[in-house]
Amino acid sequence: MAQAVASPSEAAAHPAALARPDFEIVPRAGLPIVGVVLAALVVGIAVNELWPLEFLHVVAGAAWTIIDLFLGFVLGPIMGSLSPPARIEFTTKLMPKMVLIMPTVVTVTLVAGWQLSTHLGTNLTVNPLHGWVVASFIVVGVMAVIALGLLEPANIAVLTELKKPQPNPAVIERLMKRFIYSAGATGLMQVATFVIMTKLAAG
Amino acid sequence: MSASTFDDDASPQGERRLPPVTQLGMVSLGLVLIAGIYLSAHLPEHVSLAPAEALLGASALVLAGNLLALSRAREFPWRRFFEVARWALLAYAAIAGMIEYVFLRNHTGGGALVVLTLSLAVFAVNVPVLIGFTVARYD
Repeated sequence: MAQAVASPSEAAAHPAALARPDFEIVPRAGLPIVGVVLAALVVGIAVNELWPLEFLHVVAGAAWTIIDLFLGFVLGPIMGSLSPPARIEFTTKLMPKMVLIMPTVVTVTLVAGWQLSTHLGTNLTVNPLHGWVVASFIVVGVMAVIALGLLEPANIAVLTELKKPQPNPAVIERLMKRFIYSAGATGLMQVATFVIMTKLAAG
Repeated sequence: MSASTFDDDASPQGERRLPPVTQLGMVSLGLVLIAGIYLSAHLPEHVSLAPAEALLGASALVLAGNLLALSRAREFPWRRFFEVARWALLAYAAIAGMIEYVFLRNHTGGGALVVLTLSLAVFAVNVPVLIGFTVARYD
C-alpha cells in the first residue's frame, strides 16, 4: 500500500513529497525465522559436533560475505543511478530485511566460528594456523566497527526517516551514501576474509 | 572541538549542534573489540589481563564521556532516542548473550570471563547509543 506523502504542489516544492510504500522498519514476519536460526545456533554449540558447527559457520559466513560484496559493488551503484522514487521504493523493500538478516548472519558466523575453532583447536596458540585465526579476528573487528558504528545506524535512520509524513530527501541521500560506502568498505574487507578462510580450509 | 567535527553531527538544517557521538562511539567500540581480540587470541591459555583491562577501561571511559556529552546537548529528541535505543539494546543484549554463551560453553572463567563479560556489556550499550543517536539527530 502506498502512502501519499504530500499534495502535488507540496511535492513540487519539496522533492521528498513522493509516494512511498508502507513498510515495517523491523519486519515482524521475519522475527520467528531469526528465532529459529538462533535456536539452531544454541543447539549447534551445545552438541558441539563438527558438521552442525561447520554448516552454521559456512552458511552464515557465506551469506554475510556475499551480501556485503553484492550490496557494496552491485546493488550500491545500481541504487545510486535510480530515480528518487525508484530508489525510495527499492530502499523500503530491501533495507527492512537487512535489519534482520545482517545482525543474524553476523552473530551466527562469529559464534559458530568460535566454537568451530575451539572444536578444531585452531584457536590454540600452538596450532600452526593460529596466526590466520587471529588475522580473521582482526578483519572481523574492523568490519564490526564499520558495520555497527556506521552501517547499521544508517540503515535504521533511513527507514525511520522514510516513515515520517515528510521525509527529508537530503537526510535520506546522506544516510544512503553512508550506508553504501560502509557496505563497500566491508565488502573490500571481505576479500581478506576469503584469503584467510580458504587458507584455514586448505590447512 | 573543531567546527568540522561538529558539522558531521549537526542536523542538515544546522539548527542543532551535537557532540561527535558517532566518532566517539566508534572509538569506544574499537577499543573494546581490540580487548576482545587480544583475549580471544590467547584463550584458553593463561594470559595477562592488564592490556585487556586497560583497553576495556579506556573504552568504558569514552562511552561514559560520550553519554555525558550527549546528555548536555540542548533540545535533543530524547523520546525518539530511547524509542529506538531500547529495542536496539534488546537486540544487541541478545547478541552479546550468544557470544557470552559460547565462552561459557568452553569453560572460560576467572578474570578473563569478567573482562569479556564487561567488554560485551560495553559493546551492547555502545551500538544502541549509536543507532538511537543517528535516528534521533534527524528528528
